[in-house]
Amino acid sequence: MPIIKQKDYKTWKKFDRKRDLQNWLCWFLGTLIFSFCFGLISSKTIWFYVFDSHNEALDLLGRMFPPETNYFFTLIKPIWDTLNIATIGTTIGTLIAIPLAFLSANNTTPSKKFLRPLALFCIVSSRSINSVIWALLLVAVVGPGVLAGIIAIGLRSIGFCGKLLYEAIEEIDENQIEAIEATGANKAQIMTFGIVPQILPAFTSISIYRWDINIREATVVGLVGAGGIGIELDAQIGDLAWAKVSVILLAIVVAVVFSEWITAKIRKAII
Amino acid sequence: MNDKKVIWKRKPLIKNRLLRIGLILLISTYLLSVFLTTEIDWQRILEGIPRGKNFIFAFFPPDFITRSDEILAGIFESLWMTIVATIVGILISIPVSLGAAKNIAPKFVYFLSRGVITLSRSFQEVILAIFFVKLMGFGPFAGMVTLSLSTIGFFAKLLSEDIEDINKSQAEAIKSTGSSWFQWVNYGVQPQVMPRFIGLSLYRLDINFRESAVIGIVGGGGIGSTLNTAFDRYEFETAAAVIIVIISIVMIVEYTSSHLRKLIK
Repeated sequence: MPIIKQKDYKTWKKFDRKRDLQNWLCWFLGTLIFSFCFGLISSKTIWFYVFDSHNEALDLLGRMFPPETNYFFTLIKPIWDTLNIATIGTTIGTLIAIPLAFLSANNTTPSKKFLRPLALFCIVSSRSINSVIWALLLVAVVGPGVLAGIIAIGLRSIGFCGKLLYEAIEEIDENQIEAIEATGANKAQIMTFGIVPQILPAFTSISIYRWDINIREATVVGLVGAGGIGIELDAQIGDLAWAKVSVILLAIVVAVVFSEWITAKIRKAII
Repeated sequence: MNDKKVIWKRKPLIKNRLLRIGLILLISTYLLSVFLTTEIDWQRILEGIPRGKNFIFAFFPPDFITRSDEILAGIFESLWMTIVATIVGILISIPVSLGAAKNIAPKFVYFLSRGVITLSRSFQEVILAIFFVKLMGFGPFAGMVTLSLSTIGFFAKLLSEDIEDINKSQAEAIKSTGSSWFQWVNYGVQPQVMPRFIGLSLYRLDINFRESAVIGIVGGGGIGSTLNTAFDRYEFETAAAVIIVIISIVMIVEYTSSHLRKLIK
């Protein structure tokens, strides 16, 4: 932080000249990249539609209001399905994630050369495929319905929970394990009394966090036929029944806010 | 010999016995009701297993060559979309996150910003994309708008939590020099949240790329459109190639972003 002397007074500047120049260069490059990318996007855009979008939006809103409130009662079953997809999917995902996390954590893995990379690969590939793509594949295999959604959400959750959990396992306190070991405990006992109590809080908060995310994800797997409220949304958009669509959107907002509220409550109760 | 041995037992997870039993009962009734209300068509699954096998075998070997132009075009489109959407989203998130920080914003602005965040977080990217594609036509622009808007919910929420955690005395020191509000934010708040800011931006870049692969399915441009087209044409070899490409790029992006985040820390 230099103080620059000018003729008869001093001023303070945050950075010296070199740092200023560096910052300026970064901003310049950033702007350059941004405009280049935006140019490419805009070359593929029909601007007429974009500039007309506010009229379209007003038109759509006009069709959405007033919402057809009676329609809500037919939504109860899909909402229940959505909650189930999220809950059961999260349970399956976390259950599979536990052994994977133990295999891929540096300090608990039985073989660093073979099993660890394999488990890490499972975690990464589950993370990189979005649940909608999983659902797209699974609908073809097990048929449309709730089951495809549950498996899709479960498969997607494995990676997320596995990654966070193995990071938690790698950060455990080794002294506690040594203390358990000193009592003559075998491997399984070290696991249950040394490692599990240390990662249990992380595990609960990870699974609750994932459940919260999964409620959101479960609303869309239905768009490709995998059960839940998404099927209803897809059908009503297809029918252009916008007054019903608005009811569905409201229901989704309520479900998400509700799940966020529950998560916050449980987290407070645990911590 | 003493018959009575002192036996150590683990403490139960939940101390209240009634609560413990109640929770177990609650969970089992829930599972039962799920099992009873979910229609699982076992017939269809049995039928689907050989079909699924064929389906999975149809993916092999992945075919990168036949549609290589389209795959490349899709990936680059996804990348442009991701970069632009992340930057635009972050630029919008900065004022929103300042507004959503309790220690900075007045109550009215606070609730407004929190509302914006909740709204943006409630809808999954795909649902937003459906609407923006309808409003703005097919193509990467609708996808970009979708990703920018969903960036707000994530970014502003986490950044505002960080702003709420800043060291107050540092901010007060700046204020006591007689700074204006902007100077206060610029010199008192911004340096404190900068590490988190950069980490979150990289993280969001990573998420946006992953999401750009799906919003294409509903018409939002990018690699998702390529994937969807491949599925529609029943060219599963190409679809497999696209999925492999997505996985490998996500791996590269994730590896670099986590590496960069560690470097910054």
